[in-house]
Amino acid sequence: MSDAVDTSPKTPIKEMKISQEIMIQMQGVHKWFGQFHVLKDINLTVNRGERIVICGPSGSGKSTLIRCINRLEEHQQGKIVVEGTELTNDLKHIEMIRREVGMVFQHFNLFPHLSVLDNLTLAPIWVRKTPRREAEQQAMHFLERVKIPEQAHKYPGQLSGGQQQRVAIARSLCMNPKIMLFDEPTSALDPEMIKEVLDTMISLAEEGMTMICVTHEMGFAKTVANRVIFMDGGEIIEENEPEQFFNHPRHDRTKLFLSQILAH
Amino acid sequence: MTDKTVDAHRIDPPSLAGTYNPRPYEPGTHPDLPPPGNTIGLQGWLRQNLFSSPLNTLATLVGLYLIWLTLPPLLSWAIFDADWRGSTAEDCSSDGACWVFIQTWFKQLMYGRYPDEELWRINLSYLIGAIGIGYLVIPDLPRKPWVGAFMLIVFPAIALELFTGGEFGLPAVETARWGGLFLTLVVASVGIVFSLPLGVLLALGRRSDMPIIRAISVAFIEFWRGVPLITVLFMASVMFPLFMPEGVNFDKLLRALFGVMLFASAYMAEVVRGGLQAIPKGQYEAAESLGLSYWKMMGLIILPQALKMVIPGIVNTFIGLFKDTTLVSIIGLFDLLGMAQAALTNPDWPGYAAESYVFAGLVFWVFCFAMSRYSQYLERKLHTGH
Repeated sequence: MSDAVDTSPKTPIKEMKISQEIMIQMQGVHKWFGQFHVLKDINLTVNRGERIVICGPSGSGKSTLIRCINRLEEHQQGKIVVEGTELTNDLKHIEMIRREVGMVFQHFNLFPHLSVLDNLTLAPIWVRKTPRREAEQQAMHFLERVKIPEQAHKYPGQLSGGQQQRVAIARSLCMNPKIMLFDEPTSALDPEMIKEVLDTMISLAEEGMTMICVTHEMGFAKTVANRVIFMDGGEIIEENEPEQFFNHPRHDRTKLFLSQILAH
Repeated sequence: MTDKTVDAHRIDPPSLAGTYNPRPYEPGTHPDLPPPGNTIGLQGWLRQNLFSSPLNTLATLVGLYLIWLTLPPLLSWAIFDADWRGSTAEDCSSDGACWVFIQTWFKQLMYGRYPDEELWRINLSYLIGAIGIGYLVIPDLPRKPWVGAFMLIVFPAIALELFTGGEFGLPAVETARWGGLFLTLVVASVGIVFSLPLGVLLALGRRSDMPIIRAISVAFIEFWRGVPLITVLFMASVMFPLFMPEGVNFDKLLRALFGVMLFASAYMAEVVRGGLQAIPKGQYEAAESLGLSYWKMMGLIILPQALKMVIPGIVNTFIGLFKDTTLVSIIGLFDLLGMAQAALTNPDWPGYAAESYVFAGLVFWVFCFAMSRYSQYLERKLHTGH
């Protein structure tokens, strides 16, 4: 979907500076689902302003990796530090990190019993203790950013898939996160809706948001990412700048994966 | 070969020849035509619902015949041939129902043996309760949370004070004198009001990650669900006092209330658990990823959806509970049905069982039907199109 990317010159995403400040650090992280070793010795450091795309065959542990960052999955060995706070069993730490880390899911996971506006204001009001009026203003601001302010009083079930995913992005942004995690945000969408979601993600990148995206949108990876990570069998096989990654993959498994995914 | 096949499958409209104009309108100029007359209105409804097939037509006719057989005799017994006026059994001379019986016993059926001069206390509570519930049920009124809190916290205290008395210059009325519909409503509303929150807690406990909480919840639910309510009531009224030290005595009604409450909450817990299980994992993950704590996630995201989903089951349990309150007559409490049976044993009024039971049944039906309708209304109102 490289055509999904706005190539106008106003967006020199590639030239944007990456800060030296470390946002996420994973050291020797292992995880098992029962007997199944799903993450093997993951070492990853993410600086502020980085835009990382993680790709790889299904079952390679991509989603599990980013779900460990906000503790939707618990890692069993190694160390994960997010924004200076280490993820342990301490609920206080977990909730603190979750406040700063936004997540967008493959299946949107909007709250169907709440209107779009209430979906957006719920966490700011109940977690950040923002006054309702202020939370609503902020929600409208983000709905305008994702270009659907007119849907504020509808229910999620009344929106298209693309609109729902944009609401989900806005919902995360309402918490003013420092890091955004995207777990295959376009995989459940009809082709004509993928662009609107990718455009929203690109504009986020332009503002310098630290992002980690699990996605198969290679066009997005080429134009937005500053680093592409390839995973297979629970390991990080290869990571590189998109240019090098796509044109000169080093590992055989990467080459095979790229040939499969770019063939059609 | 191919041409032949196509030819064989071609459909010519010979029967429409002459009348059939293949292009009566230019594209884009088709007007909206009315639907055929036999698919709309009364005729359409009858065709679709009562006479759509030979079997359906047969069922309709059989149904009409059965109504014709049963309805006229029922109506003449209950209304046309019934005795409506009088004060003694001698006034009931016709073949129909003797509603005089109900009139005479009406006060006992409604209030039990509550003293006449104190009945205003019950009626006042009814009035406050009716206004409060009415206010909560009518949509779009302001300050509902406050009225709800009043009904759940202040009103029960007022009602308890009014019912039992003993303070503020109100003469005390012991619970042994409570009875009739009044007692039924007391038992049912206490059971309903306490069983839902208790049931929710038990359901959450049963799904908890903490083994001890889960074990306690499972044991509680399985114990109360596995025991008949009659046994529970007997235990509460006969066995329980045996285990109490000398001189400590809980009111019999209070013990029955506890039994009903715990019994109903076990059922409620399983209904709520069904709803919790139907909530997709993604809802939990979305709530967690936004930083919501366990109780906020449950209270704001999971339970509103889960409870909405199981409204039919919840109301089903409420209705079951409402009718199960009749079992308190086993331990010597005279609820509406108990009172109706007691009236039957009066030597001055022999043989009016039909009237007594029909009346009690009708009163129960009215309450249960109202709950059922309200739950259907609630389901429609809370439906947000997903």
